[in-house]
Amino acid sequence: MSYIKPLPAIDNWNRGFWAAAQDERLAAPHCLDCGHIFFPPGACCPRCLCQRLNWKTLSGRGAVESWTVFHQLYYKGFASELPYNVAVIKLEEGISLMSNIVGISNDRIESGMAVEVVFEKATDDITIPKFRPIGPVRPA
Amino acid sequence: MRTAVMDDQTIRDATCIVGVGNSRYGNFPETDDYGLGVEALRAALDDAGLALSDIDGLIVGRIRSYETFSEMIGLNRQKLNLQLNSAGRFSAVSVMQATQALMTGQAKCIALVYGNNGKSVRDTYGGAPGLYSPWGFTSPGARHALMARRHMELYGTTSEHFGHVGMTFRRHAAMNPNAVRREPFTIEEHQATRFVAEPLKLLDYCQINDGAVALIMTTADRAKDMKKRPAFISGFARSDDYSRASIYPEDLWRAPLQDVASRVYGAAGIDRSAVDGLMIYDNFSPTVLFALEGMGFCKPGEGGPFVAEGNLALGGRWPTNTSGGHLSESYMQGWALIAEAVRQVRGECGERQIPDCEVVQYICATSISSSIIVRR
Repeated sequence: MSYIKPLPAIDNWNRGFWAAAQDERLAAPHCLDCGHIFFPPGACCPRCLCQRLNWKTLSGRGAVESWTVFHQLYYKGFASELPYNVAVIKLEEGISLMSNIVGISNDRIESGMAVEVVFEKATDDITIPKFRPIGPVRPA
Repeated sequence: MRTAVMDDQTIRDATCIVGVGNSRYGNFPETDDYGLGVEALRAALDDAGLALSDIDGLIVGRIRSYETFSEMIGLNRQKLNLQLNSAGRFSAVSVMQATQALMTGQAKCIALVYGNNGKSVRDTYGGAPGLYSPWGFTSPGARHALMARRHMELYGTTSEHFGHVGMTFRRHAAMNPNAVRREPFTIEEHQATRFVAEPLKLLDYCQINDGAVALIMTTADRAKDMKKRPAFISGFARSDDYSRASIYPEDLWRAPLQDVASRVYGAAGIDRSAVDGLMIYDNFSPTVLFALEGMGFCKPGEGGPFVAEGNLALGGRWPTNTSGGHLSESYMQGWALIAEAVRQVRGECGERQIPDCEVVQYICATSISSSIIVRR
């Protein structure tokens, strides 16, 4: 069956992120001048304006900072998943990004919960990083 | 050496709002942002006792094109014509820009016109492609839900606390004939409504509607002989923070709001105790807590109990959003709240009038945190 959820709009700045994900690595832009690692990807380092950047593979581990559960449908492709969660993950490297928590019911998500990246193949060209809990989780 | 500085003392009470007007609010497919904008502009001109020929500056908000609007209303030879970003944070910015233009003599009398037809064009505020759409993340509401959750986790704030915000403003809306939602609700009824983006419920969301608001601004000296008592722009401040704009600010805008608080009262030459009422940007109910805490009306984390204790109700210490605000009157992106501030200091608010209201403060907690102090 064809993939019906939104796919990323790949541009000059985020291409490396999606290429790494296809390779089952979580990566973020890294400034070659000041060493800053940041997200989302962009045209320069937000700390020093340097445009010399490369991609750093991250540990893929972090903690849930906050989360929401969508009960209203905005993207038709998510219709069968309602209600679904989106969480803000603070990674060990200090940057935060949003993703889905998988392998756990929405009512067991809590802030500070330790998570690690997993990779879900969406299409032949796109793999989407998601996160699953590591360690004990609270009862529902 | 020449310096060009307009300091707080120069700006304080030097400009004023001399006319306010608004359209009806609701679902009006027979018109649009232009038509509603004209309705509000005509009302504001009438309120000010002015004609379009008195206007030499225009700032439009959300109206699709300054050029089309100018052609439509037949306004030419204006010295200032700005079309600002349609986001709600630009309502306060528009007033600040108008003050600066008046202070520098760029224009003598400025019309600020906001028009919105989001209801009739079924604006969904979500569902567009974006950075996080592959994970299903979209909508300002969900972004505020993440912040609401963080506030709950950090401070023990509850959904009922959010309910108190909307419930308080709805009681005010019951006294505003132009509000689209006037039937009061209880905390139990708030709790019984469905989640949209959990933890936010339907009643935590603002009321999307068609409508328009216009303000007429001029200098204090020109306002002397005008139809109504001027509402002076006593002081303003803004502080921007985009460091986590694609997620949400980790401090729920506390640092930028504290920055605004540290300057806006001094700009107006008052302290917080002189404020008689508040107009707080309430796109979602938790935003009101972030604004109150950031601006120092209560301690960090105490916004929920502060609202539940009745401080924002008419008769409370700082009656807030007496029009019903975005949660009940209509989502006019700050513009109608600024108009309500003017009407309050004029004493025109009827049964929802704050007694002896001299000073009203407008606050918007967002990437452009801003505040304006209006006084009679």
